Amino acid sequence: MLIFHLSPLATSLFSLLVILALVLSFVMLASHWLKNHVYAFAAESWVIAAISAAIGYYGHYPELYVIALLTALFRGSLLPYLVLRLINRLGVQREFTPLLKPSSSMVLGAVLVIFSYEVSRQLGVTLHLSDNIAVLALTGMFSLKLIGFLMMILRSEAISHILGLLVIENGIFLGSQILVPGMPILMELVIIFDLLIIVMTFGMLVRLLQAHAGATSSRKLQKLVG
Amino acid sequence: MSFTALIAALWIVPAVAIVLIMAVRHPHWAEYLNLASSLAAFGLTLAILVVAPDEALVTGAGYLLLTPLGAWVLFCVGLVYLLASLYAIGYMRLLPEEKPRLHKYYALQAGFALTMLIAPLMNNPGIFWIAIDFTTIVSAFLVGFEREAECIEAAWKYLIIVSAGLALALLGIILFYWGGTFTLGPTYALTWANLRAVAPQMPETLLFLAFLLTLVGFGTKVGLAPMHTWLPDAHSEGPVPVSAMLSGALLNIALLGIYRFLSIVDSGGHGVMGHTALLVLGVISLLVAGLFIVRQDGAKRMLAYSSLEHMGVLAIGFGFGGPMAFAGAMYHMINHALTKSMMFFGAGNMIRAYGTKSMSNMRRVLRYYPVSGALWLLGAVAITGAPPFGLFLSEITILRGGILSPNPWAVWVMAILLILIFVAFMNHFRRMIWGPEPVPGAEPTLTLSVWNTLPMWLAFVPVLVFGLWWPEGLWTFFQHAFVVQP
Repeated sequence: MLIFHLSPLATSLFSLLVILALVLSFVMLASHWLKNHVYAFAAESWVIAAISAAIGYYGHYPELYVIALLTALFRGSLLPYLVLRLINRLGVQREFTPLLKPSSSMVLGAVLVIFSYEVSRQLGVTLHLSDNIAVLALTGMFSLKLIGFLMMILRSEAISHILGLLVIENGIFLGSQILVPGMPILMELVIIFDLLIIVMTFGMLVRLLQAHAGATSSRKLQKLVG
Repeated sequence: MSFTALIAALWIVPAVAIVLIMAVRHPHWAEYLNLASSLAAFGLTLAILVVAPDEALVTGAGYLLLTPLGAWVLFCVGLVYLLASLYAIGYMRLLPEEKPRLHKYYALQAGFALTMLIAPLMNNPGIFWIAIDFTTIVSAFLVGFEREAECIEAAWKYLIIVSAGLALALLGIILFYWGGTFTLGPTYALTWANLRAVAPQMPETLLFLAFLLTLVGFGTKVGLAPMHTWLPDAHSEGPVPVSAMLSGALLNIALLGIYRFLSIVDSGGHGVMGHTALLVLGVISLLVAGLFIVRQDGAKRMLAYSSLEHMGVLAIGFGFGGPMAFAGAMYHMINHALTKSMMFFGAGNMIRAYGTKSMSNMRRVLRYYPVSGALWLLGAVAITGAPPFGLFLSEITILRGGILSPNPWAVWVMAILLILIFVAFMNHFRRMIWGPEPVPGAEPTLTLSVWNTLPMWLAFVPVLVFGLWWPEGLWTFFQHAFVVQP
């Protein structure tokens, strides 16, 4: 398996890229301007594309180059473009009613990363992988997941929810590239495609929300309770 | 005819219906095309169920899997699709303002059925996940079809919450696959059978973490509490036939996924923990549903919480494990599919007749609508698990199976909560039937057509028959389905 025989250089390269993706998710957590948010997401997707390519190179999985290219094209360019277009159409520039200040949300995010690390470390110990890149990959995967959920919880704009979901998906993709690079390529292709459809569906629904419900903030969508 | 051909026909029929509906763009043609598609789909699912082989069958280049439990879930989909398509004709004609968009509705309904006919047959857990995702996308548009603020809000919440939940399930699937790479090498086919085969070698922690993630993820889709928050909104705001399909068919499919993941944990030798986790979610669902039904006023919201209740019962049935509780759960699936469809149809009739979703304004139902109202009342008796209806038999069987399980405490909790829900339901119906007179001028004047009541009869008769007589063949089929890998 790839994670067992990686050269030190490859290990440090992967670590750098995973940490980079994590830092970018903190950029998202700290910014309440939706555009910065989208740019950070795009950058994170490019980092993940780089991870795919690097794994393809070091692990001799030529099909991962295709995945890297598609990730950069779809996740790194097309999805951010679609979300930016949505932001422009809706005229929502920033998150006005965040639950917490950026600094507090970053502290919470840090707590979540520590929690993810602890879970991954425990898992690493039981799998006899405690000094392996797998622990870092798991940490990245769980942290991005939890940070994505945190973003969805703390923010109320519909666009922020979409972006939170995209961060969650990015986390899964990042982890799966390192842990299971040999996963059938069909899966990865379909997941990319599926994500595109989901974002387009979200786009249509958000515009309907604005047209028929008059609001895109979950704080104003309170008609259905009980 | 081979199974691959049967399955291909099953998928081609709705697909052709969608194309024709969108080509013709005529409301009446759309109705009948969708009805024809649902009739054919029902016949094909029945044929697949009847001629299904005794063993799990992998076909279609290894991508398709047909198991007794899968065929049963598929049959429930075909059944509810047929009933919902019949009812849709009557119901959608009562919404004249939607007439110009009606063909889109029927195309979406056929599309929703198509995604549901695909998902249970997937041999690859990852593709199963994607099929479930597609059911969410298509049904979100159906939930928001009526374009009122509440409908769009419900569709939005449905899509966001379920997508977030399903993302957790995807993580779980990847961890399962990762667990397999330690024995099978970096690349192997992701199938249910392979995962079951490597489960004994998977480290317990990893296996359990992966299962919990898939349980929470697909549990969101099933609507198990506390991930149920989208369910009452989506079920109460969509058009009535869609509510029936969501409740009677879609939730079963997600539960089938959970049961398949549970079987992986089972073959890993840690089944008791997995079963208990599912059982606990089921009990919480029953509790939440009971508490919300007591004080509910919206007719469809009450039925949505009742779906939560029945998914809880099914989760408990599968969670108990053992052949008896399993047979009860399978029987419960079809009884619930039939009865819940009938209840939604009754609610739809009354909502259109009284022009409100609020049960406190539906007054003296039996006087104005003796047939539809009486069927609705009988359905309420059935849905709460009272004799002589099918749900009574299946719930009793689950309870009996539970006594011998490792978690007999849940039997008592379940029994008490079922009684609570029975009392709450009957109280609502007492108010609607013997409560205050309608406000003068607000008496219902709508005449219901045969399209509005016929589907209720079609659902009611089998539920009554299943309550009086549990066919011997079905019992052996359930026992057999328990032994075969799901």
